[in-house]
Amino acid sequence: MASNVPKKYEKLIVNGKRLDGRKLDELRPTKIEVGIIPSADGSAYVEVGKTKVMAAVHGPKEMFPRHMMNEDRAVLNVRYAMLPFSTSDRIRPGPSRRSNEISKVARHALESVIFLEEYPTMGIDLTLDVIQADAGTRATAITAGAVALAHAGIPMKGLVAATAMGKIDGKLAVDLNGPEDNFGDTDMPFAMVSTNKDITLLQMDGDFTPDEFKKALSMAKKAIEPIFEEQRKALLRYHE
Amino acid sequence: MTSVKIISKDSKDKIKTEEKVVTAKVEVKKDETNNKIVLPGDVLVESIDFLAGYGTYREGKKIYSKVLGILRKQEHAISVIPFSGLYMPKAGDFIIGEVVYIGYSNWKVDFGCPYDATLPMSGIPEFIENGADLTRYYKRGDLIFALVDSATKGMIIQLSLKDRRTRKLFGGKVIKVPSQKVPRIIGKSGTMISQIKDKTGCIINVGQNGWIWIKGDNEALATEAIQMINKMSHKSGLTDTIAKFLNKGAGKNIAEDKKNE
Repeated sequence: MASNVPKKYEKLIVNGKRLDGRKLDELRPTKIEVGIIPSADGSAYVEVGKTKVMAAVHGPKEMFPRHMMNEDRAVLNVRYAMLPFSTSDRIRPGPSRRSNEISKVARHALESVIFLEEYPTMGIDLTLDVIQADAGTRATAITAGAVALAHAGIPMKGLVAATAMGKIDGKLAVDLNGPEDNFGDTDMPFAMVSTNKDITLLQMDGDFTPDEFKKALSMAKKAIEPIFEEQRKALLRYHE
Repeated sequence: MTSVKIISKDSKDKIKTEEKVVTAKVEVKKDETNNKIVLPGDVLVESIDFLAGYGTYREGKKIYSKVLGILRKQEHAISVIPFSGLYMPKAGDFIIGEVVYIGYSNWKVDFGCPYDATLPMSGIPEFIENGADLTRYYKRGDLIFALVDSATKGMIIQLSLKDRRTRKLFGGKVIKVPSQKVPRIIGKSGTMISQIKDKTGCIINVGQNGWIWIKGDNEALATEAIQMINKMSHKSGLTDTIAKFLNKGAGKNIAEDKKNE
């Protein structure tokens, strides 16, 4: 059982480099695949470091439950879930306080780019399943969700990508991994639209000074560009 | 006698395909930016001289793509044909549907959209006597090639069978493709679909909703050709590829026929 208990790290930054050898403004290696679930209308698989997320879109289809139906626009229904085997401790399946919250923020992050008014009375189901969790699951889920929606042919203003900003050992760093998230000071998930650079998700756990916050935001905006590039490459690769 | 006829047919077809090849080449030269794959949020053009067509939206001077699909640039309009997505009925479309429910004075028709369409009693050309059993005209499972009479934003869709081109479909089989592929299956002024009809001898009806009804001895070959178009829809020179494929297939079939004789 000892292996399940996270190791305590003395220092998260050694010789200017992070534990996994990254620079402070460097993302984890990102891999995106499109169309991995044939039975879904759109699907995507995203790997950011050790975090792995699978997204599937079903719809637009008849809204269920019926009383949630909206007469003049479609309803996006997002379900985020960490699968029981995704962490070292088994996660009890079914909705929890945390997964309900993330489903809601992921919906808000993606809803604003979708032309929901084109499908009145219908519902779009988006499922975000975390296969393996190593920090940044909500950010990775949003990245995957946007690709799956695009693959499903749903009209969107642009793609949405997400990453996290954080503070480790008093320094700002991009895209925290597991140990950094557990033993760092601050974690700030962040999502942005590819076209007008609108921020659609911004949460913060921990604290930043106003100056640090401003710097973190500008760092995040710069760091997120490679994710847009990966999303684009993945979608083009699928249709070649 | 029969063999002579076939040879003459083949030679005619060869001439036809040669002509098509030439026209296809000209097309490719004309539009270099055309047929490019674009993603949602891609800037297509930055000018107010263009009209934002299907699959695009305008914000200020820029026109962006709304969907993942293929760019179609015309002189003054720009549009994107999506790879996938839901078929949304428009008034004036011809669709193929299946009768799924018989009501008191109407039929409900499924055509691959989340909401069923209604075929009212007044929408069919036959005279219906008061209190007649509606299953005498259309029963559950019947296929119809119908005209969309009206489609509201709230998904109330009315069909009509009063148009000359609409009819009930007897026998045959239906294959379903994404509705976005329909223009490609029909081809420019119907070249693609007419060549499939000619070479397989099948009767084919294509609904705008992506349901295709095929009837004839060569159903399998026609289905395969349509599935090929479905898979390679974003490639150029498709009419030529399909012509080659059909020629091979048709040749095979003639050989089989000879064996059987």
